[in-house]
Amino acid sequence: MLSIVIIFLLISVYLYCLLGGADFGAGIIELFTGKTKKERVKDLVTNAMAPIWEANHMWVIITVVILFMAFPGIYTQVSISLYIPLIILLIGVVLRGTAFTFRHYDAVHDHSQVIYSRIFAVSSLLVSFFFGLIIGALVSGKITVNPTSYFEGYLHPWINLFSISTGIFICSLFAFIASVFLVSESTDQDTRELLVKQAKLNTAIMVLSGAMVFIFSFIEGVDFAQRFFRHPASIAAIILATIALPFLWRILNKGLIWTSRIIAGAQLFFILAAFYFIYFPEVILLKEGSNISLYNAAAPDSTLKVLGWALIIGSFIIFPTLFYLFKVFKIDRSSP
Amino acid sequence: MDNLLAARSTMAITLGFHIILACIGMTMPFLMVISHWIWIRKKKKIYLDLTKTWSRGVAIFFAIGAVSGTALSFELGLLWPGFMKYAGPIIGMPFSWEGTAFFVEAICIGLFLYGWKKLSPYIHWISGLLVGVSGILSGIFVVSANAWMNAPAGFDWINGQAYNIRPFEAMFNPAWISESLHMSIAALEATSFGVAGIHAILLLKKHNYEIHKKAVIIALSFGSIFAVLQPLSGDHSAKDIAVRQPEKLAAVEGLFQTQKNAPLTIGGIPDAQNQETHLGIKIPGLLSFLAFGDFDAEVKGLNEFPPENRPPVVIVHIAFQVMVACGFFLAAVGIIFWLMRWKWKEHLFSKWFLYLAAISTPLGFLAVEAGWTVTEVGRQPWIIYNFIKTADSVTPVPGQIFHLSVFVIIYLILTIVAIWLMKRQIRALNESQEEEVD
Repeated sequence: MLSIVIIFLLISVYLYCLLGGADFGAGIIELFTGKTKKERVKDLVTNAMAPIWEANHMWVIITVVILFMAFPGIYTQVSISLYIPLIILLIGVVLRGTAFTFRHYDAVHDHSQVIYSRIFAVSSLLVSFFFGLIIGALVSGKITVNPTSYFEGYLHPWINLFSISTGIFICSLFAFIASVFLVSESTDQDTRELLVKQAKLNTAIMVLSGAMVFIFSFIEGVDFAQRFFRHPASIAAIILATIALPFLWRILNKGLIWTSRIIAGAQLFFILAAFYFIYFPEVILLKEGSNISLYNAAAPDSTLKVLGWALIIGSFIIFPTLFYLFKVFKIDRSSP
Repeated sequence: MDNLLAARSTMAITLGFHIILACIGMTMPFLMVISHWIWIRKKKKIYLDLTKTWSRGVAIFFAIGAVSGTALSFELGLLWPGFMKYAGPIIGMPFSWEGTAFFVEAICIGLFLYGWKKLSPYIHWISGLLVGVSGILSGIFVVSANAWMNAPAGFDWINGQAYNIRPFEAMFNPAWISESLHMSIAALEATSFGVAGIHAILLLKKHNYEIHKKAVIIALSFGSIFAVLQPLSGDHSAKDIAVRQPEKLAAVEGLFQTQKNAPLTIGGIPDAQNQETHLGIKIPGLLSFLAFGDFDAEVKGLNEFPPENRPPVVIVHIAFQVMVACGFFLAAVGIIFWLMRWKWKEHLFSKWFLYLAAISTPLGFLAVEAGWTVTEVGRQPWIIYNFIKTADSVTPVPGQIFHLSVFVIIYLILTIVAIWLMKRQIRALNESQEEEVD
């Protein structure tokens, strides 16, 4: 049953990065769009995201529930050591969700729209950055179970160049996914060109920050790069993600909606797969040299069994309804 | 303020904020689909307007509730890692079901809000209904997890570790029915009276539009059923607590000494130092009767428990009085409403009744907050009753006061903005109704 629970955990993380990531990325794109085109991008984001954003963010709830039920050791250690970035992440989640809804549902469209938009866009960047930073912090090997000082226990695990570079990497990754997703939602040529430009820009930032992740891992003494080169599967996954890029550009320019989305989704998959091959089953690398893994932190069998069944039955309910939601709003485009 | 008190306050604020939104999310979809149903059947445009008005409320409150709920799922670990370490594997099951129900709710809300032109009327209506049904289900699942903290079950505790975990037994613990029943009814009651009250206030303010009248009738017809049922469910809960958590009942009643023929104390201020409850009306024997069905039954007082295991009696007693007073007031308003509908229909919108409805607006929510205070503060000093103390499960991270301050400020701002937003919605609604009258 442990493997079924782990499979669902991986699926949830992937779908959160894909769907939630597209949503966060949309906010980032809005943030970095020039004044003249801001209004148009804003309308595009609102129309594209409004029916589905709530559902997109449910994956993080599923992830958290799996973590605290099946891997309580991971959940509690993260809650303690990465307490501060998690709080900032939560503040961002609360602010961006409410700002997005308020912007959409405010009966009067006045200056407050600008404030909602600003909060939505800035907190989108904030949440993505801290999400990436937390991922980096998990494997930075700086988390300790017996801290001797406040700095060592609660700051150093995430205030380091390696975690910061993973934060930046995730921001550009989310913005990339969002731009590919939004291109096909847009009907006017101007906005499409803007988004294709954004997609290319974010790819460049992704490559740069990806290089930074490697460089900073050496500087900070994180064994990320060494581990990466030890795993041929990870190298292969990153190569696949990279060679998909030229195909994506051609297709984006041709306007093939679903092919471009599937390629971007596959690229995300390869990037996460590389991460998986490097670290599985380890989740938290401790300063002490040991680790907290999906195996050594797993809950007793009786718990895993009921969770596994709950997830299986739940997925029979969630996936068809979710598919229906996407079918109505994203696949059947015939009616306005 | 020490770390423990700050962490408890943060939890209280996050829960206290979320519970209001959860109540609205569990109830407003039902009001919305009732109005929607009438629109589908009778095709009177006023019901379509009302459905859309309420659906905007659902959208706004659901979004705030969804993000504050997401925050809560992290807060449990951020504030109480020593609790989640044990509780996760034992009581995670209802959370996993809650996750599923919440997911369905989020999907259906998307379908309902944006599906007006894309879905057939009945599928559209069903998606709205499912928002409410899955809302109620997620409420029941979460409350059953809280019930487990009051009535721990489904594990063996050996040398400070949980062994032999039985998740089904934990979920269906002895308190789950009484707690989730009481909470679901409370949510349906509080929100319905809140909605009816707001429309009543608008009528009193001379926004004399038909739509507000229809809204009051739908919301009160629905809510009054639960207002009348709630005292029965409360009685069930009290009888349950009398057996399972006698110190909570003693704190609720401000009963310091174990006694037979114990009185029910209405009002009054407990004095923990002198071990007595001052003022208040004491009805002899009634507590014994309500708790055990026998006027001469013995009810345990706080003196039976070591001082360090007694809940803070003043807060619990007063919160309980507030809850019961609000509950009975709403039940009375509910009964008056049906009497009026039955006998004096033409006076239904007379000023005095609208005033009653207007006063009721916040009372249900006040009762919910007070009720949760009774449950949570009444369980102290335990986080898992008789197993783990709250003080032993708090996070080791120092500086909780900052966490508290930040969340107080954010939730305060969100509350103000949400109210402001509602006002703008209402103004827009009144203006649109005015145009139609013209």
